[in-house]
Amino acid sequence: MTYLPKPKLHHPALPKNAIGLTHRDYEGAISTLCAGCGHDSISAAIIQACFELDIEPHRIAKLSGIGCSSKTPTYFLGTAHGFNSVHGRMPSVLTGANLANRDLIYLGVSGDGDSASIGLGQFAHCIRRGVDMVYIVENNGVYGLTKGQFSATADKGSKSKRGVVNTDSPIDLVALALLLGATYVGRSFSGDKPQLVPLIKGALRHKGAAFLDVISPCVTFNNHKGSTKSFDFVREHNDAVNRLDVILPKKPITADYEPGEVIDVPQHDGSILRLIKLEADYDPTDRVAAMDYLFEHRARGEIVTGLLYVEPHATDLHAELGTVATPLNRLGEAELCPGSAALAEFNAAHR
Amino acid sequence: MTAPIRAVNDFVVKFANVNGSGSASANRLFAKAILRMGVPVATRNIFPSNIQGLPTWYEVRVSEAGWLGRRGGVDLAVTMNPQTFEKDQAELEPGGYLFYDSTRQLPDSRFRRDITRLGLPLTTICNEHWSDPRQRQLMKNIVYVGALARLLGIDMAELERLVGEQFKGKEKLIEPNVEALHLGFEHAGRELAGACGLEVRRADAVGERIFLEGNAAAALGCVYGGATVCAWYPITPSTGLAEAFMRQCERYRIEPETGKKRFAIVQAEDELAAIGIVIGAAWNGARAFTATSGPGISLMQEFLGLAYFAEIPAVVFDVQRGGPSTGMPTRTQQSDILACAYASHGDTKHVLLFPEDPAECFAMAADAFDLADRLQTPVFVMMDLDIGMNEWLCRPLAWDDSRRYDRGKVMTFADLEAGREFGRYLDVDGDGIPYRTYPGTHPTRGAFFTRGTSRDRYARYTEEGPAYVDNMQRLLKKLETAKKLLPAPELVPAAEPTRFGLIAFGSSMPSVREALARLAEEGVHLDTLRVRAFPFSRAVEEFVATHERVFVVEQNRDGQLRQLLVNECGIDPARLWPVLHYDGTPVTARFLIRAVLERLSDAKVVPFRKAVS
Repeated sequence: MTYLPKPKLHHPALPKNAIGLTHRDYEGAISTLCAGCGHDSISAAIIQACFELDIEPHRIAKLSGIGCSSKTPTYFLGTAHGFNSVHGRMPSVLTGANLANRDLIYLGVSGDGDSASIGLGQFAHCIRRGVDMVYIVENNGVYGLTKGQFSATADKGSKSKRGVVNTDSPIDLVALALLLGATYVGRSFSGDKPQLVPLIKGALRHKGAAFLDVISPCVTFNNHKGSTKSFDFVREHNDAVNRLDVILPKKPITADYEPGEVIDVPQHDGSILRLIKLEADYDPTDRVAAMDYLFEHRARGEIVTGLLYVEPHATDLHAELGTVATPLNRLGEAELCPGSAALAEFNAAHR
Repeated sequence: MTAPIRAVNDFVVKFANVNGSGSASANRLFAKAILRMGVPVATRNIFPSNIQGLPTWYEVRVSEAGWLGRRGGVDLAVTMNPQTFEKDQAELEPGGYLFYDSTRQLPDSRFRRDITRLGLPLTTICNEHWSDPRQRQLMKNIVYVGALARLLGIDMAELERLVGEQFKGKEKLIEPNVEALHLGFEHAGRELAGACGLEVRRADAVGERIFLEGNAAAALGCVYGGATVCAWYPITPSTGLAEAFMRQCERYRIEPETGKKRFAIVQAEDELAAIGIVIGAAWNGARAFTATSGPGISLMQEFLGLAYFAEIPAVVFDVQRGGPSTGMPTRTQQSDILACAYASHGDTKHVLLFPEDPAECFAMAADAFDLADRLQTPVFVMMDLDIGMNEWLCRPLAWDDSRRYDRGKVMTFADLEAGREFGRYLDVDGDGIPYRTYPGTHPTRGAFFTRGTSRDRYARYTEEGPAYVDNMQRLLKKLETAKKLLPAPELVPAAEPTRFGLIAFGSSMPSVREALARLAEEGVHLDTLRVRAFPFSRAVEEFVATHERVFVVEQNRDGQLRQLLVNECGIDPARLWPVLHYDGTPVTARFLIRAVLERLSDAKVVPFRKAVS
């Protein structure tokens, strides 16, 4: 339980990253989710990604909506501010937070109910505005906290634990994110940490709207036969198009691959997204091709995973708005208040 | 035969036009010319929810005495819309004047007998003078302004100067407009000389005052108050506020070295997102606001509860309109008071400010950000369509350059580094207001998890009843603190001792003041209290306690402020007499006088004769 203190002591030989922090410094409170929950694996992946990227935890703001997934920000980055907001409305709160201070990293954590059902509108609009963020949907196809109702990402024909068959068409958030202009789109699986960690790292380094749909089986309500979000089903139908390696600026770029086996996508901050091709013809910089591929393979019952799209020259909402480099929350009277002389002119113009 | 009205600097002109015909700027020219002659005017747009084709009116009350409320009744009707000709004529006071386009002959039966007709063949005049159909239409508006100048004695030099100001940068347009003014002026001189008994005479009754819309004033208050994030969704009558903020930011908030913006404005997809963005920005230390109207407030309910409970300083402008539901989007009301005071589910109570005119919209807008930061709670600035979308003559805007923003209790890196104890919901000062930290302040200290669900004083998750109660009690204490910080009510004692009081607020005030003056002439005296904020201070309770009966004037059906008084101050409802005006038009002094006298007559305080006279 979260009110149980987690021991702060740790082994003196724990490895440290470039800023002298250990893995433990990126943890949060103890999870209160069900044992074996896919969401906890995602939290662990976030911790590992931040550790490996040498991010100062307090420079991340964690925002979420409501639901099992939205509870998870308590369980990682304990020294970062978090905001567990309103059901389906994390995107707007994150947008506002981002506008106030462009210097922090914004990590939005949501679920399929939170983003595809109640929050579909806000999901769509924050993506199309290009808010610089990492938006992770922990997608299990059900409402966990209210005990197992279908969400809007549940596949048509999939069966609930109680035997009810879902008759509604699913909302594919990856397809929507591509359509709406997200500049970094990936899908992964909570059970595939080697794939997931680099995808989160790439998203954290990406300047723009980065969206990750992470299929995260609900061990309590949606891990049975007949479910299309179970561990077994996802493993059997996983079609990974590539493996990502995030190469930070100034790190040596090793050439372990033959030409044609990898695609390097340089990022705004000098880092390189190295994509090891698993699907020879898949080009992750072609939005339209990505959508075609996604639709074709979905029709075959496959779950396409990997870094599905990345725009090398992405921009974000601040760039579009033309805001100043200084975070808005740091501006004071001197920068913001025009003063009494300007007001006298204003008065004179209104007589 | 009723004698034609004769009046100098004291009459009402009502323009009846077709929406989208270009009349608005011409009518405004008329009003401003009178102002420039030193004579106060009060102007009101009465317009439909429509872009083109439906009837629209513009009322100009000329009052050297300075009465700026809506008077009621019309002395001169300028009827440019055949659709409403009958209705406009019917509104005229006996002895009033009807100015109309006489191009098409109308039978005598179409005219009232107790009025004076002022017909000019405007269409013919314009058709003879201009060939372009659009120009004929637009210039007709200017021609009638010229004619009215002649009829009422408005200084043509002032009109010409105003045309020059209006078309600054588009000099080509000055000449035809001035020509149109003279055309009307000359025709009226030839055909209607001496026909109108209303007159504008130069005076010195305007002084330093300015002529400004509340929406623009509030927006400028946001600029001065340091707002950097605005998220909004278009909704009449609040749209102008966000749009004015955009314009003013482009003017005042550009970083000179880079040309970059010291503000961020997002037109959100709906009001839910608008308030969400505001809450996110305010949580992260920026001053943020949204502008909306009643339906938007309804949509924001869940978020407002979150902001109350999570203690986020959000500023909300509610430019009220006729409700409920979509209601009357282009008509004024003060009918969101309860919806805002108790917005959201659970036990909530919010801070409301009630500006009375555009100057106070400016001041209260800037103050709202200090109050929100100090109190860490949403603050509502309760405007309405009448203040927001009409230009009001009001005192000039003022700013003290030594003023510093009050960002409230925020712990800095240095505070945390020095080891100051931080509990996000810990009441260290005994005023119910805890300290907060902005995200990213310190690597290891001061972070907390913001939740809508319950927590203890250190922001740790708990569902324990006592911790919840403890927090809810502290929030009440915080509201007690608020009462001391909010703008105090304004007491105006009657000229003579009286057992009766009157409470009013917001846009009702000009009419209230006029009504009180006229009632005093009749020997009816009322002490007045202008409420400027909720939660009510002790002074409001004392005012009610020291009067036998108190009128409560408001522009809604259910007496919402009165309900708040009863509810929050434990006042016997029988002691508060509601005076309610809610047809969507601004309340008039005439209405108020009648309502007060009728009530006093029923209570046998004044003789019946007085009440009905």
